[in-house]
Amino acid sequence: MNLFAINYQQSCLQPVKHGLQSGNLRINFNHGTTCLAFKYSNGIVVSVDSRASAGAYIASGTVKKVIEINPFLLGTMAGGAADCQFWQRVLSQECWLYELRNKERISVAAASKLLANILYNYKGYGLSIGTMIVGWDKKGPGLYYVDDDGTRHSGNLFAVGSGSTYAYGVLDTCYRWDMTDDEALELGRRAIYHATYRDIGSGNSNNLYLVKPDGWKFIGNYDTANLHYQYNPVAAE
Amino acid sequence: ISQKYIMSRYDRAITVFSPDGHLFQVEYAQEAVKKGSTAVGIRGGNCAVLAVEKKAAAKLQDDRTVRKMALLDNHVAMAFAGLTADARILINRARVECKSHRLTVEDPVTLEYIARFVAGIKQKYTQSTGRRPFGLSTLLVGFNVDGTPHLYCTDPSGAYNEWLANAVGKNDKTVREFLEKMYTPESVADEVGAIKLALRAILEVVQSGAKNVDLGVMRCRDGVPEWEILPAERLSALMAEIEAEREAEAEKKRARKE
Repeated sequence: MNLFAINYQQSCLQPVKHGLQSGNLRINFNHGTTCLAFKYSNGIVVSVDSRASAGAYIASGTVKKVIEINPFLLGTMAGGAADCQFWQRVLSQECWLYELRNKERISVAAASKLLANILYNYKGYGLSIGTMIVGWDKKGPGLYYVDDDGTRHSGNLFAVGSGSTYAYGVLDTCYRWDMTDDEALELGRRAIYHATYRDIGSGNSNNLYLVKPDGWKFIGNYDTANLHYQYNPVAAE
Repeated sequence: ISQKYIMSRYDRAITVFSPDGHLFQVEYAQEAVKKGSTAVGIRGGNCAVLAVEKKAAAKLQDDRTVRKMALLDNHVAMAFAGLTADARILINRARVECKSHRLTVEDPVTLEYIARFVAGIKQKYTQSTGRRPFGLSTLLVGFNVDGTPHLYCTDPSGAYNEWLANAVGKNDKTVREFLEKMYTPESVADEVGAIKLALRAILEVVQSGAKNVDLGVMRCRDGVPEWEILPAERLSALMAEIEAEREAEAEKKRARKE
């Protein structure tokens, strides 16, 4: 039982059980995903998988779960793909307007707050968004977890989605503040690999980004099947 | 009677263009400002100063309740010239906006932002039905997060500009001409220099005496902004110094003539 469930008084405020329904069969485009991000001494690593599942059907293996809000801000996608994409594009618009009006780039704190306040306004309407807003501003590296019930947390390390528990296992074991870029990227890659190995909702490939003071950089797309054989080499016969 | 029917009484715009392109209501508002008591603002090297003319209070009036300088946030202060009641409304809205900005952006307002906000409200009232423009000009001083002091001035039309030194209200032209002559970045590099320049400027048009002038200083100590309204004794002492310096300059001029 969820002790923290909000008491919905009227039926109109019932949480929307999203998903297409045909008779008794319900297809849920659900939160099958693993997204993670962590700060370290030289930057921020953002590592996500690329699977979209609809129940037991893999709808796509090439989903872009990192949304590029602007050259200095990234957002990850977990939950409803349309919700994440749409609202993060709205966020891009707001960030750009902020920059035009104030002649300076928006801070990560302000950007994540704008999104969190928008989502809070839609609380109870069935939006499904679990995102991390990542960027670099004049206060340094910024990492915020924002979700559809209006939560907004700042932190050094987050993993979101159905595979997050597996990712946390790897991250919490190997995470250190002092890492080189390569060590940090390898940690991000490994954590996603382990999540995709065990979680059915995550898989296909890993997209890696690195955020530095001069903006984010796309490091690469790594097929998790290849990663598997990389980490578990088959002995030569 | 429906709400809509009643509201139609306020459907007419009051500020409309004249054939030769003037907004007379705005210009009349600017006239109202010219009748208000003088306010002077100076941006120093490490501080920002506001000086206002204090109108002589009636005998039975508690003059502490009449304050022409208001703190909008702990790093922004405002002085104005014009209708005091209109100022109260703007001050309230600006105070709320300062706090609201801190909440949504997790950062204090920059002076440019709050000047733009106040100017935006004023402009809205020059383009709304049933309303008249605000009859005041404001001087906004303060420090941005990056530690730099700034001075902005807004007027009833909704225009805003940044200034190094400016005056609004009665005799603002006289004071501004004085400032244009006497302002140099070196003379206001330290706090005392900036305060003395503000006092000298306002004493051009106001009778000397601590009871006729209010002076406030916004300074920033180790990144913490501090607003101080100088006590009367300090004001008197500074005015005495200025008097002495004026005497000395007059003596020198006389000596040179002979």
